[in-house]
Amino acid sequence: MSTNTANIKAIIIDDEPLARMIVQEYLATYPEINVLQECSDGFEGIKAIQQWRPDLIFLDIQMPKINGFEMLELVEEPPAVIFTTAFDEYAIKAFESHAVDYLLKPFNKERFDKSLRKWIDRRAGVAANPAAKAPAADTDNDPTGALLETAAQSPAQQQRIVVKTGGKIKIIPIEDIHYLEAADDYVKIHTHNGAFLKNRTMGYFEKALDGTQFVRTHRSYILNVQQVTRIDPYEKDSHLCILQSGAQVPVSKAGYVKLKSVLGL
Amino acid sequence: MVRSPLSTGKFLLIFISWWGIWGFLQTDLLIGFGLRAMTAFSDSLVSNTLVALSCGFLSNNMQYYLPKKERYWYILLISLALSGIILLACKAILVPLLGGLSDGAAYTQFFNRSWPVRFDIVFLQVGCMSILSVLWYSTEEEQENRQRRNDAERLAKEAELFKLRQQLAPHFLFNSLNSISALIGSRPEQARKMIQQLSDFLRGNLKKEDQQWVPLSEEIQYLELYLDIEKVRFGHRLSTVIICDEECLERKLPPMLLQPIVENAIKFGLYDTTDAVTIAIRARLDGKFVRIEVENPFDPETSRPKKGAGFGLTSIQRRLYLIFARPDLMETHVDNNLFTTIVRIPQ
Repeated sequence: MSTNTANIKAIIIDDEPLARMIVQEYLATYPEINVLQECSDGFEGIKAIQQWRPDLIFLDIQMPKINGFEMLELVEEPPAVIFTTAFDEYAIKAFESHAVDYLLKPFNKERFDKSLRKWIDRRAGVAANPAAKAPAADTDNDPTGALLETAAQSPAQQQRIVVKTGGKIKIIPIEDIHYLEAADDYVKIHTHNGAFLKNRTMGYFEKALDGTQFVRTHRSYILNVQQVTRIDPYEKDSHLCILQSGAQVPVSKAGYVKLKSVLGL
Repeated sequence: MVRSPLSTGKFLLIFISWWGIWGFLQTDLLIGFGLRAMTAFSDSLVSNTLVALSCGFLSNNMQYYLPKKERYWYILLISLALSGIILLACKAILVPLLGGLSDGAAYTQFFNRSWPVRFDIVFLQVGCMSILSVLWYSTEEEQENRQRRNDAERLAKEAELFKLRQQLAPHFLFNSLNSISALIGSRPEQARKMIQQLSDFLRGNLKKEDQQWVPLSEEIQYLELYLDIEKVRFGHRLSTVIICDEECLERKLPPMLLQPIVENAIKFGLYDTTDAVTIAIRARLDGKFVRIEVENPFDPETSRPKKGAGFGLTSIQRRLYLIFARPDLMETHVDNNLFTTIVRIPQ
């Protein structure tokens, strides 16, 4: 890893051309920062991040199709982010609860400089003393992950799940989900269009999804109660839920109690 | 508090004239029975004054105590008792007063003989007065209640309308300011123009608070202002088509009704697709309605506009219902990837 601050690779992702322009303009006083690309939506953003492996991205929250948080969810090993947003209560709440730096539009040069300086200094500090850097793989210590988890509870993001499948990005409306199944480090999302993998935990989905519609019936299963057609007794304490699609989802003893209360039985 | 009927000048005049007529009739009647004019007049004056005062007293008191429906027989009881008291008072005044005159003995005898008739008449008068008073107070009270209910409903309605109109998106405002901030460096002329547009837009928004109806031409102008600002923000991605029939330009509609619909169209057009977006607004006369259509593209894969009021349009429907008391003035329409909102404004 290079220790100098020269040649920082950056990408600007914002759907409004003038908003990208002002970031470019403010960056003019930082010759060491190189803006490799401007992107007008999250799809372009993901491609650009994969292509350029930037050190820093300027990321807007409200964008077409997928918002800034959803885009970040799909990026493996996301780069450092400076968020820019005009007004989004949930985003701001998420930033504040995770002490993440963000720029509220419209922002002036001083505010911009302050943010950028802080990032550059921290980067220089980490480079000079690599031991201070938290291991990237440690998800418990991953501020971006924690931020995205909080952001996922916003009403807009509760309506859909964004997944990547074979290089393409798919937006799954919540009502299309039949059930979720744990699969190692992933969660398998079963829909009528097939199953998709998402790099998240069951606990994450249990928290993010609406509890009146989705019930964790088993350690490894969360199901959409609107899909349930029948509940059959299975081995001693457990049951089996039959969905409209014909799929059979295991229900544990504790899960059965939860399911009954949600269904009002 | 309901006011007594006698507290209004008109009713007091009628009340006094009424007793005047009774007094005259009674005097005439008593003369017909052979009493001297002076005696007849005194008798009539004293007894009618007493009855009139009692009736006034009764009517005034009902202002404070009105018997409930199931207690109306109280009125009968009170009238009977009051009539008895009035007659006793008449006797106590008239017999000593007139008994000493030349025809005193005859008068005393006459008075005692006329007891039942006097009682009947007085009871009739007092009873009528109390029934009239009950009627008067209950209708007044009813009217007051209805008035209060109407006022409460009107206030609630106004508050709700105010709330529904007050939904200027802060997101729009801050992003517009950010665009201006970006333009100031490189294109100050355009920045100034946008400040002007934003100011006009905000001023229009404030002004419309207290306006009841505005002509369509004004609303369209206002929408153009809004769309122009959005076009600066989104650049070439956003284009608009506005087709408005000449004949409906001067038709009136509630203020700030179209803007949230267009805002909604922009939101779903621009944030639900990544392509270039055309927002179309069409207005024409349709019988007794002005029919306005707002059309935007959307992605049927990811958005499911519900039948009826899809997306964020329930507040518009609610507003139309509050204004026109009709639930059928807004409909939405899905055609492939085009979403159309149609409102009809009764003229």
